[in-house]
Amino acid sequence: MIGRGYLPIILVTLLIAATPLVISSNSFFNFTVLVLIIALAAQGWNLLGGIGGQTSFGHSMFFGIGAYTASMLQTHLGVNAWLSLVAAIAAGALAGLIVGFLSFRAGLRGSYFALVTLAFAELLRVLANASELTGGAAGLLLKLDPGFANMQFSSRPTFMLLALAFVFASLVITQKIVNSRFGAHLVAVRENEDAAKALGVDVLTVKLKAISLSGAMTAAAGVLYVQYFLYIDAGIAFGIWISIEALLAPMVGGRGMVLGPLIGAFTLHGLGEITKSFAGRVPGIDLIVFAIVLIVVIAFASSGILGLLKKLADRFSSKEGA
Amino acid sequence: MFSPTIIIEAMINGLLTGAIYALVALGLTLVYGVLHIINFAHGATLAAAMFAVWGLNAAFGIDTYWTIPIVTPAFFVLGYVVQRFVIGPAAHGDDGNILLITLGISILIENALLAGFGSDTRSIPSDFSFAIVEAGPFLLSSARLVGAAGSLVVAILFWLLMSRTDTGKAIRAVAREKLGANLVGINVGHIYAITFGLGCAALAVAASLLMPTFYVNPRIGGAFVNIAFTVVVLGGMGSIPGAMAGGLIIGMVESLSGLLLGESLGQIGIFIIFILVLLLRPTGLFGAKA
Repeated sequence: MIGRGYLPIILVTLLIAATPLVISSNSFFNFTVLVLIIALAAQGWNLLGGIGGQTSFGHSMFFGIGAYTASMLQTHLGVNAWLSLVAAIAAGALAGLIVGFLSFRAGLRGSYFALVTLAFAELLRVLANASELTGGAAGLLLKLDPGFANMQFSSRPTFMLLALAFVFASLVITQKIVNSRFGAHLVAVRENEDAAKALGVDVLTVKLKAISLSGAMTAAAGVLYVQYFLYIDAGIAFGIWISIEALLAPMVGGRGMVLGPLIGAFTLHGLGEITKSFAGRVPGIDLIVFAIVLIVVIAFASSGILGLLKKLADRFSSKEGA
Repeated sequence: MFSPTIIIEAMINGLLTGAIYALVALGLTLVYGVLHIINFAHGATLAAAMFAVWGLNAAFGIDTYWTIPIVTPAFFVLGYVVQRFVIGPAAHGDDGNILLITLGISILIENALLAGFGSDTRSIPSDFSFAIVEAGPFLLSSARLVGAAGSLVVAILFWLLMSRTDTGKAIRAVAREKLGANLVGINVGHIYAITFGLGCAALAVAASLLMPTFYVNPRIGGAFVNIAFTVVVLGGMGSIPGAMAGGLIIGMVESLSGLLLGESLGQIGIFIIFILVLLLRPTGLFGAKA
């Protein structure tokens, strides 16, 4: 017996998991791993920004905290990679709690909240660029030592399956939240915070829960990034690029929808690759496409690709019924 | 550790840079005050204006300051068109959407500049960039003095525009109560676009004043957008005197923390002020209400 909403998640996951059976190109797996990492980071954003309506411009702070926690524990203290992963996820949740406590208690909403998250991420970027613990501007290198214990895999399809497992877990968790009372409260806060409060929803607690879960998910994406590329620096970890990726994917795929970030990340980066193959090596051309897609989506399909598909399906079924 | 002369000189230089920050922030705070939106593309627009100034100089040899009469009207028109025909219709009146659209525009501008000009850093070298004025024991950069004077002139012009002209009156009316303004026959969409255009025009002037002492590359907007947001938040979102005061304060903070903490950590002072003001007093120093 499968609960509401889980069937599409399982189907999409199985579809991606089956790709190594028919595709053997390394560039395909490189592409898919990066897209899955972004989809995981974006699912974190979606939980807070899509379902909870709290737009963050600084999700790189969680991504970076995850990446740096995992790599610092491994390089400085020799901690096992999987234990570092757990610590990094916890650090992401804690960071979410702290930032959420400070900003939600101060009553920051909408644009103000977006700006304060951006400022926190930038602050961390400057600190990580200057501190010795984080390797300063040179960054941190993880020692190449493939093996399950080190969470490093020389086979790209294997790493893709690992990333997929994380994405699958994030999808299931998000679906569980959507189906739960907490999810309903979160949507109520998004739709009308004052009304939700009047109806007895503990707005601060709901938001704090959402931002710490969100931070934990995006931190896990940061860990995957560093386990795959074995390198991190302040510009990657706390850079605006991942904040934007984490926001664009759900916006394009369908904000607040469980599969939105994954569909959005695949669509955007698929488009990016196609553009690059046409336009050649023009720097920034893929981001130009992303930006245009974002503006077009907001202007004409504010609920994203999934929202558009749903609308089409509804129109089709209502015609059938008539 | 530092002699008083060095510290005072750093403060004066900070004030001079701060005057230009104030000019950059002026457009941002005006747009916020009237349209109640945060224009995330402000920094990228400044980068585009700086490239325009650089391009006019490189292609036609026009002196930096003489680009003002060309780039200012051009950016006014550009801002008007973008607000009237892109942001306005696409946003469907939702603030969150506007924020995201301006984010999209900023990504678009930044990467279009990157695609067009590459990631190289460019500047306009001239003797004037290094000219120095001696004021008692202090050595001050002539270009920065001109920049600060220019910012002051623009601020006064803005004030005159807002307080003495019909357009200014209409802008203030729309900012106060857009439905009421609409009822008395003011075209709100037109006023929104004019305001947005004015914000972009202020950026064009700032770009011309900045170029003698700054450099430009496609990513430069990011650095300015952080500073401009801090200035605006510190001064109070929507407050023009607040932006002026905030710009001067931030210029000084940046200069002093750069002196005390070094270049790489110098920016930290700005972010900390930004976060503290947002958390503790989101209305800023001059803002009336959140």
